[in-house]
Amino acid sequence: MTRVLRTTALLVRSGFRQQTTYRLALLAGISTNSVFGIIRAAIALATVASAGAAVGGYDARTAAAFVWWGQALLGTINLWGFSLVADRVRSGDIAVDFLRPVNPMLVYLAGDVGRAGVGLVARAIPTLAIGALLFDLAWPPGMPSAALGLLSILLAVVVAFLGAFSLNLSALWFTEIRGLRLAWMVVGGVLCGLYLPLPWFPGWVQSVASCTPFPSMLQHPLDILSGRIAGADAVSAVVSQLFWVLVLTVVGQWVLARGRRRVEVQGG
Amino acid sequence: MAEPAGRPTLSVGERLRPYRVILGARMRAQRQYRASFVTDIVGTLLVGVTEFAEVWGVFHNVPVFGGLTYGQAIVVFALSNLCFSLADMLVGHLDTLPQVIRAGQVDAYYVRPLPVLAQFMTSDISLRRIGRLAVALVLLVVGLAMAQVAWSPAKGALLVLSTVSGTVIFSALFTVAGGAQFFLINGPEFTNGFTYGGSYSAQQPQPIFPDPVRIFWTFVIPTAFVAYLPTIVLLDLPGDGFVPRWLAWASPAAALASCALAGLVWRFGTRHYQGGGG
Repeated sequence: MTRVLRTTALLVRSGFRQQTTYRLALLAGISTNSVFGIIRAAIALATVASAGAAVGGYDARTAAAFVWWGQALLGTINLWGFSLVADRVRSGDIAVDFLRPVNPMLVYLAGDVGRAGVGLVARAIPTLAIGALLFDLAWPPGMPSAALGLLSILLAVVVAFLGAFSLNLSALWFTEIRGLRLAWMVVGGVLCGLYLPLPWFPGWVQSVASCTPFPSMLQHPLDILSGRIAGADAVSAVVSQLFWVLVLTVVGQWVLARGRRRVEVQGG
Repeated sequence: MAEPAGRPTLSVGERLRPYRVILGARMRAQRQYRASFVTDIVGTLLVGVTEFAEVWGVFHNVPVFGGLTYGQAIVVFALSNLCFSLADMLVGHLDTLPQVIRAGQVDAYYVRPLPVLAQFMTSDISLRRIGRLAVALVLLVVGLAMAQVAWSPAKGALLVLSTVSGTVIFSALFTVAGGAQFFLINGPEFTNGFTYGGSYSAQQPQPIFPDPVRIFWTFVIPTAFVAYLPTIVLLDLPGDGFVPRWLAWASPAAALASCALAGLVWRFGTRHYQGGGG
């Protein structure tokens, strides 16, 4: 057990180090997230102003905080997924992952958590600072909310990773998953609350969203951090994230076990 | 006029022949894998639809946004998306320049007897963007019908003029971003804020922006000319007086200025390049 923990810690650190190597890319990410933050915040504020009252529970300050936390966390939570594992399936390198004494899911998750750590320190905080300078943002109403918000960010990182991981493993059956990835990004972008807060969409969209892991990937942490929900509501949001971590872990392990028998390495 | 001996004079058609051949080959290549091509088109179609989900979501909550009604806002969204998907189809592949530079493949473009930019522009044409283009066109028709535009020859001309200028403006932005890659090497995201961010800002009714932001998107990066300014004139709206209404007719000037800047940045970039090392 300690060995697994130590291995995981090492993998988290290497994921962290890999990202800090590209400093210019971090700066570039901040600048793009900020440009989009300014536009998105203008849209959200104009909507609230036009309604003349809070829209779906967001007043001007919570709406602005929702937008800027969302932009800030884009470099932390991997909403768009990745193709690393699918590429390894295609090249046959995945066989090497299967030979290692650590569960492949844990290996990649550790790397991703390390990457997310860099994103939080080097991208989220500066982006949020820019947002706070330019706009009047709401903050979590108290320490419990702030702590719950941080936990919610971590869970969002894990949910986003686990979803993308299973999707990547589907390459064991489909080989090319570009179409699936695109569908994941397109549907996820709307249902995770990146474009607009979910409560701004009609009820049926929200019902569909609540049957998917997408709100757990962004909407929940943003709601807690912008202070739109607190107390029991915030706890229940975190519980639903935990639920999705559990579901996606089971799905991922199942796919991994089934896929292991399908690995086909050409040549060699 | 005396031509130097031994050097054949080429007509325009003959000069353009290499580009025509390359483009023709690229288009045929994309249609070879039919299933993949269809999936790609469906993909870009979905992207267009989800982008629109944002406008739809806003108007689910409010009847007026940035001084525009639903139909009017759809015209702004569609016109901007139409221009962007055209530009994306024509020169969007300049986006891949960072990888080309890092892989050292850019050297090959320098040694061929054609201008580097012209080669890049004609090196690909992304037919799959037709999906997004289709969404934009349908929405434009729907929006214009909803907004009940009173057509006149001048308005028809303005619509065509704006579409052409808007496409040129976005293409110029892609070219500026491309030229900057020679300096940035590994920072493509720096320019994404201005290409994709520019497209995003162009879809919005401009009065939602604070004044400094509005000045930026009108006079520094002129994306307000793409859709909002022409829509105000097309639909006979009063506008909010931030800029005079006749400015809608100045979109070719904005397009020209963008091109001049793009030319400069591209020139600086390609001259700055010293080789992939190796």
